[in-house]
Amino acid sequence: MTATTDAPTRTGTHPRVEGLDKVTGRARYAYEYAADEVAYAWPVTASVGAGEVRGVDVDGALAQPGVLAVLWHGNAPSLADVGDSKVAVLQSPVVAFRGQVVALVVASTSEQAREVATTLTVTYDSREPDVVLRADHPTLYRPESVNGGYSTDSVIGDAVAEFDACPVQVDATYTTPPEHNHPMEPHASTAVWGDGRLTVYDSSQGGNAVRSTLSTLFGIDRELVRVVTSHVGGGFGSKGMPRAGVVLAVMAARQVDRPVKVALTRQHLFDLVGYRTPTIQRVRLGADPDGRLRSIDHQALEQTATVEEFAEQSVAATRVMYAAAHRRTAHRLVRLDVAVPSWMRAPGETPGMYALESAMDELAVATGVDPVELRIRNDPDVDPETGARFSSRNLVACLTLGAQRFGWAGRDPEPGVRREGRWLVGTGMASSTYPTYATAASCRAGVDPDGGYDIAINATDIGTGARTAMLLVAADTLGVDPSQVRVRVGDTDLPQAGLAGGSMGTTSWGMAVEKACRELLEAVRAAGGVVDERIEVAVDTKAEIAAQAELSRHAFGAQFVEARVDIDTGEVRAPRMVGMFAAGRIVNARTARSQLIGGMTMGLSMALHEEGVPDAAFGGFTNHDLSTYHVATVADVGDIDVGWIDEVDDDVNTIGTKGIGEIGIVGTAAAVANAVYHATGVRVRDLPITLDKTGQLA
Amino acid sequence: MTPVTSSAVSVHVNGDAYRLELDHRTSLLDALREHLALTGTKKGCDHGQCGACTVLLGGRRVYSCLVLCVAVGDREVVTVEGLADGADLHPVQEAFVQRDAFQCGYCTPGQICSAVGMLREAEAGWPSAVTSADTGTSRLDEAEVRERMAGNLCRCGAYANIVPAILDAAGHGGADR
Repeated sequence: MTATTDAPTRTGTHPRVEGLDKVTGRARYAYEYAADEVAYAWPVTASVGAGEVRGVDVDGALAQPGVLAVLWHGNAPSLADVGDSKVAVLQSPVVAFRGQVVALVVASTSEQAREVATTLTVTYDSREPDVVLRADHPTLYRPESVNGGYSTDSVIGDAVAEFDACPVQVDATYTTPPEHNHPMEPHASTAVWGDGRLTVYDSSQGGNAVRSTLSTLFGIDRELVRVVTSHVGGGFGSKGMPRAGVVLAVMAARQVDRPVKVALTRQHLFDLVGYRTPTIQRVRLGADPDGRLRSIDHQALEQTATVEEFAEQSVAATRVMYAAAHRRTAHRLVRLDVAVPSWMRAPGETPGMYALESAMDELAVATGVDPVELRIRNDPDVDPETGARFSSRNLVACLTLGAQRFGWAGRDPEPGVRREGRWLVGTGMASSTYPTYATAASCRAGVDPDGGYDIAINATDIGTGARTAMLLVAADTLGVDPSQVRVRVGDTDLPQAGLAGGSMGTTSWGMAVEKACRELLEAVRAAGGVVDERIEVAVDTKAEIAAQAELSRHAFGAQFVEARVDIDTGEVRAPRMVGMFAAGRIVNARTARSQLIGGMTMGLSMALHEEGVPDAAFGGFTNHDLSTYHVATVADVGDIDVGWIDEVDDDVNTIGTKGIGEIGIVGTAAAVANAVYHATGVRVRDLPITLDKTGQLA
Repeated sequence: MTPVTSSAVSVHVNGDAYRLELDHRTSLLDALREHLALTGTKKGCDHGQCGACTVLLGGRRVYSCLVLCVAVGDREVVTVEGLADGADLHPVQEAFVQRDAFQCGYCTPGQICSAVGMLREAEAGWPSAVTSADTGTSRLDEAEVRERMAGNLCRCGAYANIVPAILDAAGHGGADR
């Protein structure tokens, strides 16, 4: 860490609170709660790419031993409409994509449920699916808005005319494939009805949304639904909202009047929990010979489903990154017979910054300006599209300090000239950014006469270290040792709070925890400073969120990569990566480092491995497991060094945090691609950078 | 004649003997999770592609999703629940905590069991694809750990912490327990 101010750091470092439970196998995930007479439900998914379900051999399946129920749209209970096709399971004969749930088999053992589900006869009327995104697709259209509430387009000046007038021009098209979240824990749910109440143990990034959705779908009073999310095996956006599995578990449990477990298979995850849309992005940068940008034009084409629109905000980051008087950004969609795309780690920023930061590297090559200097030269003073003041913006510091840490100085820009044995060696870099969000949350804080403090908030720890971060925020505010504080999260019986997503968990929950602790100290003072009986306060942060000033709030970063490319095979390795971030107050150095490393690792995986392959003949994806959809393994990852500046930002929110869950993945793929260019002289503009794309090198 | 689809099976897990009536299709993984309430072993893919279900079977690491429980026989099964000696963590467990070598924790039991088995393999002189013919396995370095642990995926991306954790454990008797 490198201090840039004299302000005292409020960064703690504390081991993960639940670490012992996780290394001993005691941490309990959604599927792992015991229930009497539990039954198992197994989803049956469409084997056709588009069409309608005509019939299901329910009687044949029920005749087999142990089968308790077979549900399909012909006999499934009606659910209320919540406007989300992903949870409207078994409600219609329409097959919108291959892999959609068309039936559910409930049996007394998981082996039998699986066997009967995989042999169930389902008949269809099918038609040929249309699943391949292309720029000239006839259904191309302009969505009303895009994810996150961003505008579809932005226009400032005349980007095209200015581009045409610029002496230096970069005009390139970049593509990214469908990418799948694949948390290590596939989505699982255990649903238990009892005494008119529903308890669901769910693998989710936010139990409150699960409770609301189930309450509406099934017409149950919200207060009668409890959702427990004690430990969650990763999510990366795919567990941000309830998906098919939890709805099926609740439906089946009500149907057979027994507790029911549903565990989606790894195969199901390709179709049922969202994925990142493929993108086709054209970037045009017009500049003066010194690299100063005059025009930025970024257009993204993405896919969505026929049954529901999801528009990823792929060009949103381009609106805040660099100064230029003339600018245009746009999102367009194509409706296809595909599963509904959704959130995957830094939706928008991740594919968008791959394109923009690759184009910036092409501009560096075209102008001969060093890539780090080029970005510094184009750093804006205010938000370049809204004109708003940045709460803080330290991209330049990240670029400078990251370059120092990596050893960037003196880099020879000439591509394809460094060879060590069989390897061509190069270095590349890219900027990172992610917006700072916050939502209102509530929290309860108490102190007992024995001096023990406790914090209750329905935050969700999906592996980010949320429990530990809240512990440190509380201890810091209370001015006590963390050992005196107990934090409870992951249960809708606790005060309501938002999801672990959008890199806003620590900020949203932390604001509530900090406020609760401040008010608790006040209450103790009001009681004369003596705690002879329990003192408890409850707060929410609606007022603080509503009072937030109109500012441009973003975290920034810079990533540096060394790439080595085998001259014979084209194999790409990344032995060394450095990330430097400015993300406001870092609450817990230990878990923050892990999160940033994790983001960069997923970015490396995106750069080199991940590729969902649409099945043009049969619909859906051709790859449906982890042997055909590759993610980085330990053998793919080298040294990853992350740091941050001690950014003190009193304006961003009441606790000064900006969020770190997503920024680590933003820009990584461009940094890798830029390093591959520097190593080989080959510019790969379509991810992933597989060995067939670097061509003949020897 | 009705086909026989289940059998009485004896299994030895973490030092305890169990007798179960099991559907022949039951994997060792499902036997642990569904029948013995040993849910520390995780199901990540059920296809032998992620490593989350790694346990030690007869002292060697296996993907328990690819082992039918009826085929286990009298070999001792050790799961993540069986590694610590009371409150005394196994050196690999201790190193994972110290190095923050996990986030969500779902791949962690498999990573830890795999590392325990791997350290024993290296100690026994088993070479890997990156082992030099000259030096053998006398020095377990980062490259060796990366190669030997490549069968255990971690989507949170804790690899950069897992490697030093395992090297720490290797230096603290991790192969001896």
